[in-house]
Amino acid sequence: MQHDVLIVGAGHGGAQAAIALRQRGYTGGIALMGDEPELPYERPPLTKDYLSGAKPFERILIRPATFWQARGVTLLPGRRVVAVDATAHTVTTAGGEVFGYGQLVWAAGGQARRLACAGGDLAGVHTVRTRADADALRAELPATEQAVVIGGGYVGLEAAAVLRAAGKSIVLLERADRVLARVAGDALSRFYEGEHRAQGVDLRLGAQVKDIVGDGRRVTGVRLVDGALIPAQMVVAGIGITPAVEPLLAAGAEGGDGVAVDAFCATSLPDIRAIGDCALHANAYADGRRIRLESVQNANDMAITVAKALTGAAEPYHAVPWFWSNQYDLKLQTVGLSAGHDAAVLRGDPAARSFSIVYFRAGRVVALDCVNAIRDYTQGRALVEGGARCDPAAVADIRVPLKDLAAAA
Amino acid sequence: MPIITVVNRDGTGRAVEMDTGMTLMEGLRDHGFDEVLAMCGGCCSCATCHVYVEPASTAAGEEDELLALSAHRRDNSRLSCQITLTPDHDGLRVEIPPED
Repeated sequence: MQHDVLIVGAGHGGAQAAIALRQRGYTGGIALMGDEPELPYERPPLTKDYLSGAKPFERILIRPATFWQARGVTLLPGRRVVAVDATAHTVTTAGGEVFGYGQLVWAAGGQARRLACAGGDLAGVHTVRTRADADALRAELPATEQAVVIGGGYVGLEAAAVLRAAGKSIVLLERADRVLARVAGDALSRFYEGEHRAQGVDLRLGAQVKDIVGDGRRVTGVRLVDGALIPAQMVVAGIGITPAVEPLLAAGAEGGDGVAVDAFCATSLPDIRAIGDCALHANAYADGRRIRLESVQNANDMAITVAKALTGAAEPYHAVPWFWSNQYDLKLQTVGLSAGHDAAVLRGDPAARSFSIVYFRAGRVVALDCVNAIRDYTQGRALVEGGARCDPAAVADIRVPLKDLAAAA
Repeated sequence: MPIITVVNRDGTGRAVEMDTGMTLMEGLRDHGFDEVLAMCGGCCSCATCHVYVEPASTAAGEEDELLALSAHRRDNSRLSCQITLTPDHDGLRVEIPPED
């Protein structure tokens, strides 16, 4: 089978690439291939409203089935690409099918990293990356009283919040000395640690897992390096993803932790572009450092970058990063990238459960984390976009709206 | 079920019957109005499902704050994820604003 544009990966990035191509009047053949059996769906609810049961699967579909048909997008679910031949312009799937392409858009995201320790493959040990993962976890909830969540990133914290709200006894283990260490500043970490503890989560920092203990079939507990044994009927590992780029790297694409792309999402291989979680790109909001961004924003905006490039209206990727996380009644909104900040200013009072943290690098605002503080989030975006130089004392004064600082900067 | 008229950016429009109980954002998505991005999936965390509605209704609280993200806000701006459809929405006219 030959497709003018073959999109590999049917998550947010892949789906949006197909949508944006048709919106921009592209009339060639488009196929959207994914390794899961489902129609394209939203991933963030897997650790929020879908996991809790508040939203059924139909309500997290990116588009209904009829949409793809109406737009002439061929869906190729249940297929995982294992090899790419950049010269012949073909991909081969695990099932041995070969598909030809004119342009390849690689939007394969990543696979949830699994626990490497002994017992990591026991029944009852879960990751949360796919609908199947979330369904498997949900199915075991009735028989679960105690769960251990391994990893204090957003996935682990959100899953812990949902399981706690469902009445489960939760131990959350984080290897580092704070949660969210990879993505947020110290003050935000301390706030979320306090919130989870106040909700009854037994949150342990600096906790090193030795192995997962079982009865030969199912998990019965988690053993730490210090010898402590935590009983559990369920383990949820939220320990990051491995970017799904092996076939591209094997085909000769530049990369490593992800596949390297330029400002138009082009890889080093001809007619192959890459977007979303797996795309290693120089980000303007990270001082031009090469990073991967695991977010809906990045997947969507890179998809639009590719659609523009493939319809003769190429524009470099330059979107401001934003992100959200819902835990309990807390709404976190992030704009910009705080990694590498050299100063952080607290705005508001965490004890009031509504505050922001404004991050600076070399005197310029680079990011905000806003908790139940939507006004700071919306007004602070301009500070990040403009790389504003602000007086930290003014930023800390909640009587001064951030938009006034944006105007003055 | 309410019949709602939707006008795209190019001025073309059509009337569609939407299910009650779901949000206007979901109705737009399910009827193929793909100019509405709705990136956060309807949890009131972005402003990419912004629409104009007639008759106008009031955005309050978080929705009101988020609408500030759009350069094309008007008095009749709403986030379509924050409107849960009822039979009373029959006759609503929805317009997709310019891209931000």
